[in-house]
Amino acid sequence: MRETKYWTWHMAAGVVILFLLGLHMLIMHLGGTTHLFTPHAGEAVSKANSLFRDGRLFFTVTYILLLGVALYHGLYGLRTILFELTLKPAVEKLTTVVLVVLGLGLFGLGTWAAVVAHAIAQAGARG
Amino acid sequence: MPESSKAIREINFHITRYNPESDPAPYVKTYTIPVREGMTVLDGLHYIKENLDATLAWRYSCRMGVCGSCGMLLNGKPTLACNTQILHIATTDLTVGPLPNFDIVRDLVPDLMSMFDKHRGLNPYVTRAEEDEINDPAGEYYQSPEELEAYLQFTYCIKCGCCMAACPTLATDARYLGPMPLAAAQRYNRDTRDDGRRERNELTGGACGAFRCHYAGECSRVCPKGVDPAKAIQILKRQLVLDYLHLARRKRPCQKLHGPGQGKPLPNVPAAPARTV
Repeated sequence: MRETKYWTWHMAAGVVILFLLGLHMLIMHLGGTTHLFTPHAGEAVSKANSLFRDGRLFFTVTYILLLGVALYHGLYGLRTILFELTLKPAVEKLTTVVLVVLGLGLFGLGTWAAVVAHAIAQAGARG
Repeated sequence: MPESSKAIREINFHITRYNPESDPAPYVKTYTIPVREGMTVLDGLHYIKENLDATLAWRYSCRMGVCGSCGMLLNGKPTLACNTQILHIATTDLTVGPLPNFDIVRDLVPDLMSMFDKHRGLNPYVTRAEEDEINDPAGEYYQSPEELEAYLQFTYCIKCGCCMAACPTLATDARYLGPMPLAAAQRYNRDTRDDGRRERNELTGGACGAFRCHYAGECSRVCPKGVDPAKAIQILKRQLVLDYLHLARRKRPCQKLHGPGQGKPLPNVPAAPARTV
């Protein structure tokens, strides 16, 4: 049943990615029109607008969530492709361990970056 | 082959020959035979064995697409030799080989034991908690026509191995359970008399189970009986996910009917006539 668990979370992660990528597209590419979460003048990726979003807990949590689901979805997909190469059971196990370590490492790094950005934005807002 | 029927064409049979005891590798040998209208590939192989080469080996039994013994690769497609007419698939040349994804016993005889071992491992029979009733049946279980329809097409499988031979996943991973055993598991999972789904889930939802299928759909395309194993596997995947999330409807297996004369008579229904025998 372990594969069922992996597969179920893979599907769930895909749905979450669809929603969060929609939000990302809305902000980054339609920001000039909608001004959604882009209160300052200029591009959605300008420093002022980025700091505005980084300072909000909602966005910090969203960044970390998107990172987590994208890493899981992508690495599980990569694992499935690698398993198609007719690996030996021991190599399959090693591949899984390497991907889990890689995923956790990247997730930790990304989470740290999001939290630090949040702290910098908060400090900037306080002056 | 009736004597009166007219030979209308000569067809070259390019047959894969292999004897593991003497040949280092399979090789192709060509036989030219006169083909009459209505002649099946199985008839052609019989003609070769009787007139050209008595050492040719293949497996067959019923000659009418029921037993599933004569599955082989005809012009690159896994199918039954007994219900394939030569002139329907060949004009001058016909390639005949053993089913891929199986070891070869000899010539056109595949070793299907790997398939049957996987099949047996999935408990392909009705299992119930009532041991006594299973071992010594004393009644019948009620099942409506609609409930039967839910799995009926999967009962038509004759275990010929054509789907296993066509499966691209099985071609690269011999541990994968494959379309036939998974479709058989789905057949019993959907049977309302059965109570063994969760036990089968351990294997069908495992590392070599349904989630290795990438839905190429070749199994359904080649099935000589019109069964749709690819659909069975997709339904199986959905059921596995629902079971994992505890969202599947908890249904008890159907109950046993009363034995003859033990039922409670319905009101206003006349009694059956007295038995005469």
